[in-house]
Amino acid sequence: MSSPPVTGPAAVPEHRGGPGPARFRPRRAVPAGHARPRRRGPLSYWRQYLAISPFYLIFIAFSFFPVFYSLYLAFQRWDGLGDMQFVGLQQFKFLWSDPVFWLSIRNTLVIWVLSTVPTLFGALVLATLLHSVRRFKGFYRIALYVPNVTSIVAVAIFFGAVFSNNFGLVNAILGTVGISPVPWLSNPWLIKVVIALLMTWMWTGYNMIIYLAGLQAIPTSIYEAAKMDGAGPVRTFFQITVPIMRPIILFTVVISTINGLQSFSEPQVLFANNAANANLGGPGQAGLTTLLYFYQSAFLNNDYGYGAAIVWAFFVLIIVLVAVNWRITQRGRKA
Amino acid sequence: MTTADTTGPAAGKRRLRRPKGLTAHILLMLAVVISVFPFLWTIIMATNTTQDIYKSPPKFTFGSHLLENIRHVLNTIDFFGSMLNTVVVACVTTVLVLFVDSLAAFAFAKFDFPGRKVLFGTLLLFMMLPLQLAVLPQFILMSKIGWVGTLQALVPPALANAFGIFWLRQYIENGVPDELLDAARIDGAGFFRQYWNIALPMIRPALSFLAIYAFVGAWNDYVWPLIVLTNPAHVTLQVELAQLNVGHTTDYSMVMAGVLMAALPLVIVFAVFARGFIAGATEGAVQGT
Repeated sequence: MSSPPVTGPAAVPEHRGGPGPARFRPRRAVPAGHARPRRRGPLSYWRQYLAISPFYLIFIAFSFFPVFYSLYLAFQRWDGLGDMQFVGLQQFKFLWSDPVFWLSIRNTLVIWVLSTVPTLFGALVLATLLHSVRRFKGFYRIALYVPNVTSIVAVAIFFGAVFSNNFGLVNAILGTVGISPVPWLSNPWLIKVVIALLMTWMWTGYNMIIYLAGLQAIPTSIYEAAKMDGAGPVRTFFQITVPIMRPIILFTVVISTINGLQSFSEPQVLFANNAANANLGGPGQAGLTTLLYFYQSAFLNNDYGYGAAIVWAFFVLIIVLVAVNWRITQRGRKA
Repeated sequence: MTTADTTGPAAGKRRLRRPKGLTAHILLMLAVVISVFPFLWTIIMATNTTQDIYKSPPKFTFGSHLLENIRHVLNTIDFFGSMLNTVVVACVTTVLVLFVDSLAAFAFAKFDFPGRKVLFGTLLLFMMLPLQLAVLPQFILMSKIGWVGTLQALVPPALANAFGIFWLRQYIENGVPDELLDAARIDGAGFFRQYWNIALPMIRPALSFLAIYAFVGAWNDYVWPLIVLTNPAHVTLQVELAQLNVGHTTDYSMVMAGVLMAALPLVIVFAVFARGFIAGATEGAVQGT
């Protein structure tokens, strides 16, 4: 599913097919023409508070409070049934020396890099191509977006079948040209490659649509000038398209970081068959992502305190990575 | 995705500045093949027998065993039961999301009540947090109120997602003229009348996008149902599908028939609403805060 936007880039592109009146007026804190004669007490706004209350009641109960409660849990030892026991930083100390946790972090990062880089690059190339053609635009957009609305479970089952070591389509095709079967789902690196391929397949179209909207906002005169100066399509792409699109690229990098690091369903479904170690990320735990490890600790081992510690440590990691990404992209702008 | 063909040429805007790039079309078609191939291959696997799929070289044509495979699926899992569960949950979630989010978004977009900035800022902040931070306490909460294993447990976490408010507020702020609301106020319409009679009809396109977004999200959700639906006999379609996969690896064609049956309704929904949905997704993503 398309992810919620987090921040918006500066450029506001032209929209195609988007209904509704002008939406690009500069936003004001107070909408113009809105009569708001005098400051009134909060109570006179009871209707507005009533209007937002259904959402906020649910939000507080199921989002706001749980986030802090899980931080509280990270300092406890609890199996969900008996009494909670305060253990201070013990969970985090254990986490620090837990090789499986670090393995899961490594797996997550490798899968994230292997999927994000081709996804974003491919999306940018496809968006550029799509922007340049005149015909069949609508068809391309829909056909390339459709992977993103397919359920992860269905996609993971499909990839499991196609990359199956013994009977998969990929190995069967390789077999017909005389290449011996490749152990896609048992080699630690190939496992990550398959998961990354799956994510790339699902997310390229989504990012392409975002890039396309950005491209449509770039004035065509810039491209005409470049063409007159004799720049070829590749040069134009790297020296004009990429720099102008930087804010939108940054946006997609942040979104992909948040989404890509949360891979869970893909390895969970892919290796659920593995009777010996279901939910452990397959052979050698090579597909064990951090969230899968969290799921296993919290919901299969009923170690709530440790599970909470895993997600919070992981959250800190995401923040660090987003900050690093941000810095890199910002520095690139100055250079 | 043959359904998508009809929408093709209509989207082509007349632009004279570029020649028709044949290379671009070839590369795009290649991408479309990669994008659509899994659907095609799923159908091929679902219409053949497992022996045909296992053959080397494998069979690349449609077979005639689809009905047989579907029958196997229906005998193995409670397909329609779990699908009914999913439909009910997705519909209830969608209706509630539309109502709750549009009401709050209207208040945020058009009224300057005290605390508005802080309240809205909190939403934005929480939208950036990984959902998994809240999962464990959500589960504990559900077990405290006795909802573990029940379908209603799937609804509140989906409602707590602030994306809809964020997105609708954006739309209402610019799409519903203040003059119109002022005129209504002068005519004596109160807050809720303005919301119901003026704002809602004007933001219908935004609502239809959010409806698809929420429905698809609820339909495809896997992690939370997997955690909270502890009774294996009473689950949603995605969980049932994952269960079908476990332990039936020897019967690929049947599993693939299940995948096909589970994926098809949504692909149809998407194909019908695709153009508006993609336009909406783009707006929400690019306009940002």
